[in-house]
Amino acid sequence: MNMEISRRSFLKGVGAGVAVTTLGAFGFGEAEAAFVEGLRPYKLAGTTETRNTCPYCSVACGVIIYSKGDITQGTAEAIHLEGDVDHPTNRGTLCPKGAALMDFIKAETRLTKPKVRRPGSDRFEEVSWSEALDGIARRMKDDRDANFIERNMDGVPVNRWTTTGFLAASATTNETAYLTYKVVRSTGIVAFDNQARV
Amino acid sequence: MTNSWTDIRNTDLVVIMGGNAAEAHPCGFKWVTEAKANRGAKLIVIDPRYTRSASVSDYYAPIRQGTDIAFLLGVINYCIENDKVQWDYVRAFTNAAYLIKDGFAYQDGLFTGYDAEKRDYDRTTWDYQIGDDGYVVTDETLRNPRCVWNLLKEHASVYTPEMVERICGTPKDKFLRVAEMISECSTPTKTMTSMYALGWTQHSKGSQNIRTMAMLQLILGNIGVRGGGMNALRGHSNIQGLTDIGLMSNLIPGYLNIPTEKEVDYATYISSRGFKPLRPNQVSYWQNYPKFFISFQKAMWGSAATPQNDFAYHYLPKLDLAAYDVLRAFEMMDQGQMFGYFCQGFNPLLSFPDRGKITRALSKLDYLVIMDPLETETARFWENHGEFNDVDTASIQTEVYQLPTSCFAEDEGALVNSGRWLQWHWPAQNPPGDARQDTWIMAQLYQRLKKLYQEEGGKFADPILNLHWPYADPEDPKADEMAREMNGYAVTDLRDPNDPTKVLVEAGKQVPGFAALRDDGSTACGNWIYSGSFTDAGNNMARRDNNDPDDTGAYLNWAFSWPANRRILYNRASADLDGKAWDPSRKLIEWDGTKWAGYDVPDIPPTSNPRDVGPFIMNPEGQSRLFSRGMMRDGPFPAHYEPFEAPIANVVAPAIRGNPVARVFESDREHFGDAEEFPYAATSYRLTEHFHYWTKHVWVNAVLQPEFFVEISEELAAEKGIEKGGWCRVWNKRGSVHAKAVVTKRIQPLVCDGKPVHIVGIPLHWGFTGAAKNGMGPNSLTPFVGDANIETPEFKAFLVNIERSDGPATA
Repeated sequence: MNMEISRRSFLKGVGAGVAVTTLGAFGFGEAEAAFVEGLRPYKLAGTTETRNTCPYCSVACGVIIYSKGDITQGTAEAIHLEGDVDHPTNRGTLCPKGAALMDFIKAETRLTKPKVRRPGSDRFEEVSWSEALDGIARRMKDDRDANFIERNMDGVPVNRWTTTGFLAASATTNETAYLTYKVVRSTGIVAFDNQARV
Repeated sequence: MTNSWTDIRNTDLVVIMGGNAAEAHPCGFKWVTEAKANRGAKLIVIDPRYTRSASVSDYYAPIRQGTDIAFLLGVINYCIENDKVQWDYVRAFTNAAYLIKDGFAYQDGLFTGYDAEKRDYDRTTWDYQIGDDGYVVTDETLRNPRCVWNLLKEHASVYTPEMVERICGTPKDKFLRVAEMISECSTPTKTMTSMYALGWTQHSKGSQNIRTMAMLQLILGNIGVRGGGMNALRGHSNIQGLTDIGLMSNLIPGYLNIPTEKEVDYATYISSRGFKPLRPNQVSYWQNYPKFFISFQKAMWGSAATPQNDFAYHYLPKLDLAAYDVLRAFEMMDQGQMFGYFCQGFNPLLSFPDRGKITRALSKLDYLVIMDPLETETARFWENHGEFNDVDTASIQTEVYQLPTSCFAEDEGALVNSGRWLQWHWPAQNPPGDARQDTWIMAQLYQRLKKLYQEEGGKFADPILNLHWPYADPEDPKADEMAREMNGYAVTDLRDPNDPTKVLVEAGKQVPGFAALRDDGSTACGNWIYSGSFTDAGNNMARRDNNDPDDTGAYLNWAFSWPANRRILYNRASADLDGKAWDPSRKLIEWDGTKWAGYDVPDIPPTSNPRDVGPFIMNPEGQSRLFSRGMMRDGPFPAHYEPFEAPIANVVAPAIRGNPVARVFESDREHFGDAEEFPYAATSYRLTEHFHYWTKHVWVNAVLQPEFFVEISEELAAEKGIEKGGWCRVWNKRGSVHAKAVVTKRIQPLVCDGKPVHIVGIPLHWGFTGAAKNGMGPNSLTPFVGDANIETPEFKAFLVNIERSDGPATA
């Protein structure tokens, strides 16, 4: 914790103005002024540090993400990521995958719009969230109502829905997983799995 | 993992077999390096390839993929023959002395009770002899020929060093050197750790691969101790969490089970879950099953789960099969029995076996829903990409929804690492564009479905309409609300059973741990094993104290480790029968005359007398199992079975193909190949620079490893006229891929049963989306068959043919 506070204080002190004053005080004159001219502000100055975990393998290395903007206003944007030196497992190190995580966050192939590909079509078209979600819910209900098995041949309540399946992701959080579990199980879906099976 | 990444520093010997930690888990591998540098630990690597883990090992032994059980039973045989057994541990903490029913036997590769028609066993004889007192009959002298130890001794005796060489291709002298190094860990003061991953799981007998090593670790006394254990490295950042929370066909969170349709009501369901102790004084902690189950039902259905309706027992689906696993799901699709499918951060077109079948199956769906932060091949399975996805787009009638989700940098919540640590993280930025969190998407789908059922009615809507949804914003539940619900809370005041005037936990408050849960509906708990993670004291998963007294590697105040913040499972076994540490320099917990205490949270009721209560509290035996009764479908002991596609016949049981109880769908059988037509033993693997199919979207990693290749020996390259860096074609009955050839010394031909066996290595990171070059992968070639117990596909051992080629037409 102390390390972090000191890092923040340090960042505050690294603004170019402070540097000029300090160098000027040593009396180095014009050469130094030119040098100072070429300095750019430390890129992490004024950023927010957020603790996170590498999303790849389950060593679960601690990472610190530096971002600009305000997450409560929808303007936060990550600009840098590094290993968390306080983390007991990775102690600040990252592997060739973890070290490149910024390029994952900002990958050109990140999805940004809901889309649908209609039967037989050769392209995705953009749709609104409402249209997508309503369309999916409709599909689910129609399939469930048509194929849900309430009782088996012996008359025992079995309440299973076998004709729609759900693959969950083992890179989501526990909390996403739990909410997903509740929703999926409440419908009676039995073809329910995640990467642990593979 | 039974232990943790940071505990590996305490070991004397690391065995990496069925994994490749240096490349697939680089920052965890640092603890192997620490153990080597600071304790003088040794590293053994046993692998078909001379991996980067092998390159820093003290000893490397090659092995043919799919023969690990023969190798490990060979080591067990060596330890028994040479009296390298931690006898005090084995006698006190395993079922070595238990007597087995008279009908049980093993012959010609089969155990008693095999039904070839059903590909299944009648397992009734695979069990203990029970005495008149209701407890298992034992022979502590280990003289009775029916005791587990003598049956094991006989079972393992066939796996001599010569037999290991014949099956595995591991030269006898190398095998013996490995066996000798491992056997040295049978002393109480030397410990070995097993680090494994998908190199063991992705086989038709993957569960038994792991079990064989677990048995070896018990014989050496290495379970429950610092620097020991069975350590599954695990592939994804939260694969442990998703398993804990039971997102699998047959699971309820906390390793409870979805009922089968034979369990016609709650009374029947719970009657087979009594977990009556099999030995005197044992804890048999699963006796608390009803408390965990009913608390889960209360978390799911709140006030709709009442004693009158068996706590909504019939809101749960009832299975008619062991599980609707992923292979079955795609078989059903292909057979026209499944119409809708969701992929939440999953890319089955590249990650499930027999890609041709996967494409065919997806094409028969009515609707497919993709939720992902990235483009995936599955989302575009209908799009023609020439050689890389040769489909007839217009004929595919599947409607595909692609929903953009947030990634880790935009999410809040906990991920569970391989060592069972639940570590909380926070969002650093807002999702790009219109991407949304998965929690929002799931809530939106739920609210819409619920509304449709409210408005239109429909089939059995009760579990949907009554789903407990107590969230401040029902349209967008928050991570901490889920975390609190998983921890559990009191529904009504919890009173002290001994003094009803005393309220232990007030209604609405978080429970302090799973010991507070009850089976009368007065508690709700989404996942009992996470109880204690988010108490009234706050979010324990967010703890950041990296203090580690005496450098044990426990880090008790860093995050939260399930269960009950315990860092090493079965840690009572770190001490002898009187409760003193086997190795005083590696003390974990000890008995001080009145209680257990030490560096970890005791894995036993803290006041249990050490001579009365066994360490394996989840087993009704209180002891661990060298003989696993009828709990695994393919045998109470592991036995060597070849992969379904193997370059040689099964030497110990020539009539048996593959695992005799692994499920094979009829339509897939004809796509299996034989060694005459496909003589080369292929295997799949990952690279240091890539993570599955994600990092081909990452510019840096796409540059580091830009294109698909296969790896072959210099001998095979010479035989086939394939040049270094030249093109080759690899094929079998399921598919054909073109690849550049990496001709290497890292793979050497083996001699198995007198026959040379060449190995073809096929890494798995390329597709037709992202920043890397388009490429193919192993799943175009792998067979559609899984492990006999849990259906993990056999990705690690299959047959191919290979020839020099001019490359793909569109390369």
